[in-house]
Amino acid sequence: MNVHEYQAKALLKRYKVPLLNGKVAFSSEEAVQNAKTLKSSGDLLPERAQPEHSQPELLRDVKATETNGKVTMHHVQTTSGDINPTQYNVWVVKAQIHAGGRGKGGGVKLAKSFEEVQSYASKILGMMLKTPQTPPEGKKVHKIYIEEGCDIAKEFYCALLVDRATSQIVLMGSSEGGMDIEEVAAKTPEKIIKVFIDPVTGYQPFHGRKLAFALRLPAGSIQKAVSFWGSLYKAFTELDCSLCEINPLVLTKSGDLIALDAKLNFDDNALFRHPDVAEMRDSTEENPLETEAAKYDLAYISLDGNIGCMVNGAGLAMSTLDIIQLHGGMPANFLDVGGGANREKVTAAFKIILQDPKVKAILVNIFGGIMKCDVIAEGIIAAANEVKLQVPLVVRLQGTNVEKGRKLLGESGLKITPAENLSDAASKVVAAVRS
Amino acid sequence: MAIWINKDTKVICQGLTGSQGTFHSVACREYGSKMVGGVSPGKGGQVHEGFAVFNTVQEAKEKTSCNVSMIFVPPPFAADAICEAVDAELDLVVAITEGIPVLDMLRVKKYLQGKKTRLIGPNCPGLITPEACKIGIMPGHIHKSGHVGVLSRSGTLTYEAVFQLTNAGLGQSTCVGIGGDPINGTNFIDVLEAFNRDSQTKAVVLIGEIGGSAEEEAAYYIKREMKKPVVGFIAGQAAPKGKRMGHAGAIISGGKGTAQEKIATLESCGVKVTRSPADIAKTLLEIWRG
Repeated sequence: MNVHEYQAKALLKRYKVPLLNGKVAFSSEEAVQNAKTLKSSGDLLPERAQPEHSQPELLRDVKATETNGKVTMHHVQTTSGDINPTQYNVWVVKAQIHAGGRGKGGGVKLAKSFEEVQSYASKILGMMLKTPQTPPEGKKVHKIYIEEGCDIAKEFYCALLVDRATSQIVLMGSSEGGMDIEEVAAKTPEKIIKVFIDPVTGYQPFHGRKLAFALRLPAGSIQKAVSFWGSLYKAFTELDCSLCEINPLVLTKSGDLIALDAKLNFDDNALFRHPDVAEMRDSTEENPLETEAAKYDLAYISLDGNIGCMVNGAGLAMSTLDIIQLHGGMPANFLDVGGGANREKVTAAFKIILQDPKVKAILVNIFGGIMKCDVIAEGIIAAANEVKLQVPLVVRLQGTNVEKGRKLLGESGLKITPAENLSDAASKVVAAVRS
Repeated sequence: MAIWINKDTKVICQGLTGSQGTFHSVACREYGSKMVGGVSPGKGGQVHEGFAVFNTVQEAKEKTSCNVSMIFVPPPFAADAICEAVDAELDLVVAITEGIPVLDMLRVKKYLQGKKTRLIGPNCPGLITPEACKIGIMPGHIHKSGHVGVLSRSGTLTYEAVFQLTNAGLGQSTCVGIGGDPINGTNFIDVLEAFNRDSQTKAVVLIGEIGGSAEEEAAYYIKREMKKPVVGFIAGQAAPKGKRMGHAGAIISGGKGTAQEKIATLESCGVKVTRSPADIAKTLLEIWRG
């Protein structure tokens, strides 16, 4: 399960991971309200709240630039006389969608006044934000996050995840902050540093030192990094995350480390331990059919083709997509009805498959292991009648009582094409969508 | 010989009194496995469907001299149940349970180090030595005793492969489902090593799927050590990136773990990989007959 940045940050705050202050907003008015309350609340970075009370000659101007949608800020030494105090206030207006690369699509903007907060907020809210990680049509922005700005000295990348190969938790870091880490991994793998953590003894300070020195953090920031990753590790393990990614992790001019962005993914199998996290699910971010399927305990994934698929077991379901493709067809979905494949589940599965207007034919592939084929056939017939199935249906049943099952399907009066085996099923369903 | 389990294997079921535990314990007994009892904490002393029930695995072992446990305990308690069986020093623990949190499995995996127990699964169909011992949820009747070792991350896809083999007259030595989770007790290499040593096994069918790098590691092992022919199939050639395809471990993340990569690596290591899941037995026959 994924959550939005603002939700991830609310969770990380519990673990004292250093963050900037920010608030979620659903309208541009709310965005301005939030910006006003954030104005002087930079308690994590007192130096940014200081200018108004400091000696004028120590004041620095904040200059912000945007390149490729990425926001960076630098301080420039200036004299006090020509500076309006409100200029020190900067806010970042960030679209909240479940996809990375938001800056590239214009979903992250730097505002230097309340008017700019208002105008960026109204532009971003409701927009179809396109990033390299969204579907081609983009994702609609329903909420934004208003966050304080900060003075960035350097950007890093860090993440915690489970390493399958070693069965350990890996802390990854890179000096290439703000970049697409997959690109860094592909082009310059040596720039990614990995520190493996034994899940039983957990994070030790030396893990943090190892990464901090490897990233060449300044001496004064080493201890801060050690404690930053300690907090992050605690959050990762206590919340049963599958990924905790901070990109960028920023080093400020004053040597502090701050999580400028935060991405948390959770292990779905552990959500039973975290009802508060489960409640953060934003179903508007998910495929509605996938959400619907989950209610019936069906694993459904929407694809681009026109052949609907219903299969029992994940491996067989994947192979069914493969064999359809080998026969020149395109699957419309992955759907695992699970081991049971009873009437209720099959009915629900048919209904979900048929909600996809692309579907021109359906292939049912059930390997009746423990379940008997005649029982499955009865379920298919009842379900097909209940949903008044109109599209061609190819059924491949195999296993116990297969003859009885096929006979039932043949006598059902429904337009069902029986198939002998996997290849036969695939060629018949591909022929059905072509006719 | 087969591997790990045979007609003398004595099996208990942890989570016996639950509906799944009951159903499959009865089915395994009907197949001919020596099911000697079960564990359900608090129900010790009862007799359930003819099985003696014990409170702890240790007690079950003392009273029945069982050496294997089959686990149907629900996900929140499954890691605990696995560790209990490891603590009782059983030879083999087969965890059928689907949905165990990954971080629980990391701790279990660590706990297994230096212990004598082998864990198969979780989220797996179990394993079967045809006509001798079935431990798991697979349909026994499609299997036939013979010389092909089968190993797989999947359930029903394994049945599909076994069904093809049996229909082609190719019996199996042992079929092992290692499970669809990202962290599991036994990996492909563990099973390949056992098949390599087993005199009954003459050839191996390896069924992998997208996600992780277990197939690639298996490929390198095969190239280095395997003395027997291996036929492969990788599910998920048509799978999109970044989507979890039913199994918790079946996901192409960061562009890694694709079927195409796995197939290429296996082939470069001498494994004959069929593109069609319908041709698994046919492919084995082809290389066997030369």
